[in-house]
Amino acid sequence: MKTKANFFQLLLILIGSAIVFNSCKPKGPADVAMGDAASKVYVAPGKYDEFYNFVSGGFNGQMSVYGIPSGRLFRIIPAFSVNPESGYGFSEETKPMLNTSHGFVPWDDLHHPALSTTKGEHDGRWVFGNANNTPRVARISLKTFRTEEIIELPNSGGNHSSPFITENTEYVVAGTRFSVPMGNKDVPISSYKENFKGSISFIKVDPQTGRLSIAFQLRTPGFNYDLSRAGKGPSHGWFFFSCYNTEQAYTLLEVNASQKDKDFIMAVNWKKAEEYLAQGKGKKEKTRYAHNVYDEKTHSATSTIEEEVTILDVLELPDIVYFIPCPKSPHGCDVDPSGEYIVGSGKLAAVMPVFSFSKIQAAIANKDYESDFSGIPVLKYESALHGEVKKPGLGPLHTEFDEKGNAYTSFFVSSEIVKWNVKTLEVLDRVPTYYSIGHLSVPGGPTAKPHGKYVIAYNKITKDRYLPTGPELTQSAQLYDISGDKMRLLLDFPTTGEPHYAEAIPASLVQPNSVKFYKIEENQHPYAAKGEGQARVERKGNQVHVYMTAIRSHLTPDNIEGVKVGDEVYFHVTNLEQDWDVPHGFAIRGATNAEILIMPGETQTLKYKPEATGVIPFYCTDFCSALHQEMSGYLRVSPAGSNTPLKFSTGVIESPSPGAGR
Amino acid sequence: MKKLIITIISLALLAACAPDKPKMGEDESYEEIHGKSKNAVAEIADPTKGLGQVKSVTLNTPLEQERIGRGKAIYEMKCSACHKLDDMRVVGPGWKDITKKRKPEWIMNMITNVDMMLDQDPEAQKLLELCLMRMPNQNVSIGDARDILEFMRQNDGEK
Repeated sequence: MKTKANFFQLLLILIGSAIVFNSCKPKGPADVAMGDAASKVYVAPGKYDEFYNFVSGGFNGQMSVYGIPSGRLFRIIPAFSVNPESGYGFSEETKPMLNTSHGFVPWDDLHHPALSTTKGEHDGRWVFGNANNTPRVARISLKTFRTEEIIELPNSGGNHSSPFITENTEYVVAGTRFSVPMGNKDVPISSYKENFKGSISFIKVDPQTGRLSIAFQLRTPGFNYDLSRAGKGPSHGWFFFSCYNTEQAYTLLEVNASQKDKDFIMAVNWKKAEEYLAQGKGKKEKTRYAHNVYDEKTHSATSTIEEEVTILDVLELPDIVYFIPCPKSPHGCDVDPSGEYIVGSGKLAAVMPVFSFSKIQAAIANKDYESDFSGIPVLKYESALHGEVKKPGLGPLHTEFDEKGNAYTSFFVSSEIVKWNVKTLEVLDRVPTYYSIGHLSVPGGPTAKPHGKYVIAYNKITKDRYLPTGPELTQSAQLYDISGDKMRLLLDFPTTGEPHYAEAIPASLVQPNSVKFYKIEENQHPYAAKGEGQARVERKGNQVHVYMTAIRSHLTPDNIEGVKVGDEVYFHVTNLEQDWDVPHGFAIRGATNAEILIMPGETQTLKYKPEATGVIPFYCTDFCSALHQEMSGYLRVSPAGSNTPLKFSTGVIESPSPGAGR
Repeated sequence: MKKLIITIISLALLAACAPDKPKMGEDESYEEIHGKSKNAVAEIADPTKGLGQVKSVTLNTPLEQERIGRGKAIYEMKCSACHKLDDMRVVGPGWKDITKKRKPEWIMNMITNVDMMLDQDPEAQKLLELCLMRMPNQNVSIGDARDILEFMRQNDGEK
């Protein structure tokens, strides 16, 4: 009996300390996760995580992949920024991926991943991402974890409100952050109200191939479009965008775009827009934008400049767009799993409005308008409102949902996550974040079928949470358990770049489809050497094409002569391996670009321009076998105009010079 | 007793918390391919036949010409970088007389089940010690391996 009493004492102490901990305000790194947190995030060596977490890299322009609950980083997928580590943006095959109407752009700012859905649920096919600066959308394959396609968005002044997808991934939608004069017109900045317009691109997704094409653009009033979500279930066919700067300010937005009590949530009836399009009401306009596609069989990208886009002007075509007043510069605009509730998060507001889709429809049917904006109806706030979450916290930004009818909202200013009930609007729990949370993610949180279990905070500031690394500190995420009534901090983990939005998906939806290697038989690269017998060197004018093969542990050819200063040498390296996890790398001394990493069965090309004579070593950069250090070769570079014959070999020993080796 | 209860509780907690390992789908897991997998108990009934799915091979005379053509093409794409057709060892041993030294089953198992062969078959292990280079798994199907075998027979002078 004594034992039992002791056990209950222990239990009481544990519960007691839990209460004490939960009532604490964040004090700094001294506050730690408690109890069995370690075992909840421990994934034993050789075991797998339960979820993939696709995390935006922000200003690194890439997408990173983490495991949840461990917080381990698996990969950084190059999307909008060059990556010398793999050769992305440096190899001849991948350079076209970063082409734009402005030419080659080596960097961007990726904010929002969006996982493809079918019937509103994650389907594990693709993840999309946005380029915030030079407006583009990328599609990444979840089979190869590679960027397969990038489409540029004309008429967009900054692609923040993007990418957001419809229930069955019919469209990826991208709204402009900055309104700009259309057609790159030269006008005074002060003519904002007259000349500046917004633009919402509807990018069609081919259901089989995933191929992207801009179906149409909505031309909208000139203000800032921030974030968005598609409707689902009953609200499928609608989109909801948060807008700020309805003041139409063009300077010191900090003050001038914060004048009005309410900005708007813009409700878009995209089925109506499709009807107008089918009736031929769209206007075709000349423009220029790049469309880049990577082909898995030729292992090469092509870039095409498109020259036309179809515009639907919402000022001329009624019933596409309605405005719903929303307090103070709304940021997040999130739709709950049922599709009925739309949460607006006014960054500067003291309450959080939750709108009702059925009430919005009734208000439209009854013309329950308070005014209009350039002829577009503005619904009465109360008529569209389900209710307000009172005193939720300071600076609400984003909301995700669990499978039990709860919402989780991030609060930047008060640095916390607040859990509340979507129907009753009652605040249920709050936990501190360290520090200044931006986005947050619940597995399946934006879909019709959330998986729940965790909420992950992506923080803007880490300050004292990690060992310092000079003025520039690591960025971080925090994992909370939401399986019980109270949220519990389990883990801090550092992230690369600056994490904005992220999505998490059960590993079981992605892992079985992962490509292990490319079949050499299916390699259609024009410069592939499919077998060592095809390895060779060919000269075409001043271009020298080296058809090289790589297999553990030699490159063929590994002796090349007859290259001259002024030549352009293309090393087309084919990896002949046909097994999982055996990439080879290729680097040559003095190359002014990067290395290339070649996956099994793949061909990639590094361009090299010798500037001086000499014998230049090259080697495999990916440790591949016991004889990896031997995997190397020499390129002889002769003076321009010399007569050194073109010659190549592997394993050929010519008669040694007398006295060699002495 | 107290210790026991706490141990049981923590064990229960651990068991409840450990995330289930996601399913790999139809493929076997990496561990199964590389570790003790279903074939591992492979009957060492005839050690000269090696380990793997190939239990017996029927050889026909004269040689099957179609197989030779296909086998040669696969050899050139996937094997020739390391195996020469004479008796010279480059990365791996030259192929000359291989069909006289090894049972056809052993050859095909070595091609199609190389990781297990290198881990468990004494003859394959001797070759690894000699070459110091694990033969790569080139994902050759059993049908393709049979074609390669026919090409090897031709290379060894059979008609």
